[in-house]
This record gives sequence, structure tokens and C-alpha cells, in this order.
Amino acid sequence: MLKDVTFGQYYPAKSFVHRMDPRVKILLVIAYIVFVFLIKSFIGFLPLIVFFSFTVALSRVPVGSVFRSVKGILFLVIFAAVLNLFFYGGNDAKVLEIAGYPLKWWIFSVTEQGIINAAFMSLRLVLLVLGTCVLTLTTTPMDLTEGIESLLKPLKYIKFPVHELALIMSIALRFIPTLMEETDRIVNAQKSRGADFESGNIFRRIKAMVPILIPLLVSAFRRAEELGDAMDSRCYSGAKGRTKYKVLRMGYRDLLGAFAAALVLTAIILINIYFPHIV
Amino acid sequence: MNALEIKNLDFAYEGGKNVLSGINLTVSEGEFVCLLGRNGSGKSTLARLINGLLLPARGSVCVFGMDSAEKKNLFEIRKRAGMVFQNPDNQTVASIVEDDLAFGPENVGVERAEIGERISYALSAVGMEEFRYATPSKLSGGQKQRIAIAGVLALKPDMLILDESTAMLDPKGRAEVTSVVRELNKNGMTVISITHYMDEAVDSDRVIVLSEGKIVMQGVPAEIFSRAEELARYGLNVPKAAYIAKKLRENGLPIAEGIYEGEALEKALCELFQKG
Repeated sequence: MLKDVTFGQYYPAKSFVHRMDPRVKILLVIAYIVFVFLIKSFIGFLPLIVFFSFTVALSRVPVGSVFRSVKGILFLVIFAAVLNLFFYGGNDAKVLEIAGYPLKWWIFSVTEQGIINAAFMSLRLVLLVLGTCVLTLTTTPMDLTEGIESLLKPLKYIKFPVHELALIMSIALRFIPTLMEETDRIVNAQKSRGADFESGNIFRRIKAMVPILIPLLVSAFRRAEELGDAMDSRCYSGAKGRTKYKVLRMGYRDLLGAFAAALVLTAIILINIYFPHIV
Repeated sequence: MNALEIKNLDFAYEGGKNVLSGINLTVSEGEFVCLLGRNGSGKSTLARLINGLLLPARGSVCVFGMDSAEKKNLFEIRKRAGMVFQNPDNQTVASIVEDDLAFGPENVGVERAEIGERISYALSAVGMEEFRYATPSKLSGGQKQRIAIAGVLALKPDMLILDESTAMLDPKGRAEVTSVVRELNKNGMTVISITHYMDEAVDSDRVIVLSEGKIVMQGVPAEIFSRAEELARYGLNVPKAAYIAKKLRENGLPIAEGIYEGEALEKALCELFQKG
């Protein structure tokens, strides 16, 4: 059933990380991404890996769920690794030899630096994804929306519709299960009338989707209109004069998180100074 | 002051003929009024006019003395006359019940602490206290609709307009919603319920029948439901109990006129049996 597909990958728990302010978590992830790109050497990853492992341990999310996120970008990692492996073009390129045969064929050549770069790039990409997925695993989509809204607040001064954007996001999230259910219903209705979604080549199958998409779109528009009326009659009139029930509060956890991030940054800078080479 | 005062109301959608014409209707505070009519009789349009979602072409709609034609009144009208719609899925804005109930009070600028209180009040009024942190999409139809009512109650309205709010529910959900609404009415809420389920109209103070945009019948339920032929002409049936009572009467059983309610019929039949 489509309905059972959980949206996002939130892992419900009440851990240290779950209870952090979503704004701080978003900022920490941004910092984390910057750190990943600041690092110049393998040893520089050490503080980041320690930080990451510590966070995962604190979040009480099963390690398996964290690493599952890498699956989605596996192809990208392999692609980047292969490119780096075969196409290192630096002046210091030294083609490797196995039993006297140079590993070189046409424009492909395996160099020592190539291998190192491939490993470095892969590690970088994997850490990038692992880190960001901790955010989505420990923060509900609603909280993420609230966090983004709050972080974007300064943009209000340049007339950017922050509140509207956040409302659109949260309504979209709210309607995902409803529309999933509806899709299920339409698929079944079309199947019961003999529609075939499973056979034929890809073009045929895409064409077979049309009788699902059109009713879905039509109903989405109808729903939007009804929701608009319901919102109107509940006195919605934009961001002006509106109060907010939910307030985000920062606590000691967020302070600790920021402190840890500062520590990691210091370590990375020091390592970059004292170990400027990649290996 | 009357809760609702409609005078010589005409309404037409753009480029169409009149959907409502010559409507005069007064509802006093605390009254429970049922609007009946078949599809296309204009009853939903009337509901929208009361809430200020539509504006009259001619005539006036006054809610608690405020004329909906004046734009500055709309906000206040919607605050005092809350509306619950037909589809329980299309009325919630948030993925958590609590956040959804906060939406109304947030819109009118209620202080944070009071919003919390209002949410508790609204949830207890519809008997859904334990669902404060639930996800609406995982609730049953009846529960969703009770949450929709709670969402309106959080604005502390004095009038509730139900636009076929039970039409998409199963019998259990319908019973849940109806009993919540009755309870609210007992505590002083003015209720205007639009429905085509006759059995829901049985408990109301007044029944109004609309047909082709005009009020064609009006009166207490007992009176309206004794006019079965006339109702049939407007595409409506009498409640089941009234129908059974009528058939029994036709077959010679001495059942009093004006019985239209299950319980009353039951009592009458029991008395008959006792007499032998």
C-alpha cells in the first residue's frame, strides 16, 4: 500500500539529538558540510568522524538506518571514485606498475595519486550524506519547517514571504498521506476497469500513468479550493497580526552542540596547518 | 439580538441564474436550525453566505448584528460563526492535531498561553483529549470531523454552521459528530446544520426546507415531518420512524400523528402491545 510509505525518514525517539532545537541542528549540518570541504588530509577527517559517531550514538538511531542512506548515492560515489582513479592529471602523476606492466591503457591510467584521490573523494561524499541524514532522522518534517521558517526570518525585511513559504511546506507535508491514499484508490479504480500498469515498455508504462495523474491533479485542485475556504472561514488572512503557538527554544543541548562544532573546527584548522598533505 | 438575520437575499454565481432568491430567515441565539434540501437546492450556497465566503447580490446577511457586506466585519463574522465543511480531509492544515487547532487562534492573534487553553477546551468539547498529538490522517472519518469542529471551536464561536459535515461519514462517525453538536447546542451554541439526512433534523428546534433557491417549508420537526407528500415533492423523505408510523397508521393501527422519532414510536408501539 502506498499509504504505508513513511514520508521522510524520521526515526521517532526522545534522544538528546531529537530534543535539540531544529534551527541549531540545521545550522550544525551546514557547518558540518563546510567542515567536510575544509578538510585537506585523511587525518583531518578524524575529528569529524569522532563528532559524527558521537552524534549518532547520542541520537539512539540504529547505525543501520544511518548507513542505509548511503545506498541512495552509491552510484555517485562509485562514479566519482572511478573518475578520480583513472583520470588523475597532475604533473607528479606516476603510473603504477604491476609485475612490470604499467597500468595504462589508451587515456586511462592508474596512478598512486589517483587511488588516493578516489579514496578521499569517496570518504568525503559518504560523510556528507551520513551527516545530513542524521538531521532528517532526528527531526520531524514539521520541526524542520519551523526551523527553516525561523532561520529565514531576516529575509522578511526584503519582503520575502517567509511565513507563506513555511505554511505551504507544512500543508504539502500534511497532504502527502491524503494524496497517497487517493492515488491508491485511483489505481485500484483504473485497474478494476482493466487498466494495465505492469506490462509493455517504458513508454507504454508512462502512458498508462496518465489516467492516474489526471484524476489526481483534478482532485488536488478541488481539495486546494476547499482547504482555501476552510482556512478563510478560520480567519486566515496572511502573516499580519498572527501569533505563533509553537516557539522554538534553545537549551543546554544546543549550546553543547555548538561547542562541539567549535571544537571540531579548531581541530580541523590545526590539522590543516600541521598536516597540509593529503596522506 | 438575533444570531442571524437574512433579509430579501438574492444570490447568483457569476453569469448564472439566481441560486437563491427572496430568502428571509431569522435565527435566534441558541437555536438549532436544520436546513434541508436536495442537491442543487442552494443550501450550501446559503451556508457560505452566512460565513461571508460569498456575498449577497441583493439583500443583506447580518450575523450577530454585523452585516457581511462590510468588509471589515468579515473577520469578526467568521470568528463568531464557525463553519465545518463536508470533507474531513480538506479542512486540516497541519500534520499534528494540536498544531491544526492552533491555526484559528493564531490567525486572530490570540496570546500563546491562551491558545494552549483553547486547544484543551476545544478537544474536550469534542471528546478527543487523548488525540492532542495525533496525526489527523491516521484518524477515522468521524474523529477527523470532530477535530475539524474543534478547530472551529478554538476560535470560540457563538454559532456553528455545519455544511453537510456528516455526509461523508459512516453511521458511527455520523453519530459521533451529531452527539457532539447536540451537546454544544445544549451549552448555548447556535447551530445551523445543513444536511440531507432526515434523521439528523429530528432533534432540531426548527426545520427549513429549501428548493430551487427558495424557502418552501418551515416549522418545528413534528409539523414538517407530518407533511410527507409535500416533502417528497421537494425530493426529501421523512425520517425512518415517521415513515414507519405513517405506514402503520395507514394499515389501521392507532398511532398518533406527529410521531417522527424512533423513541417516540417505540413508546407508542409498546403502549399498543400492552393494551393488547
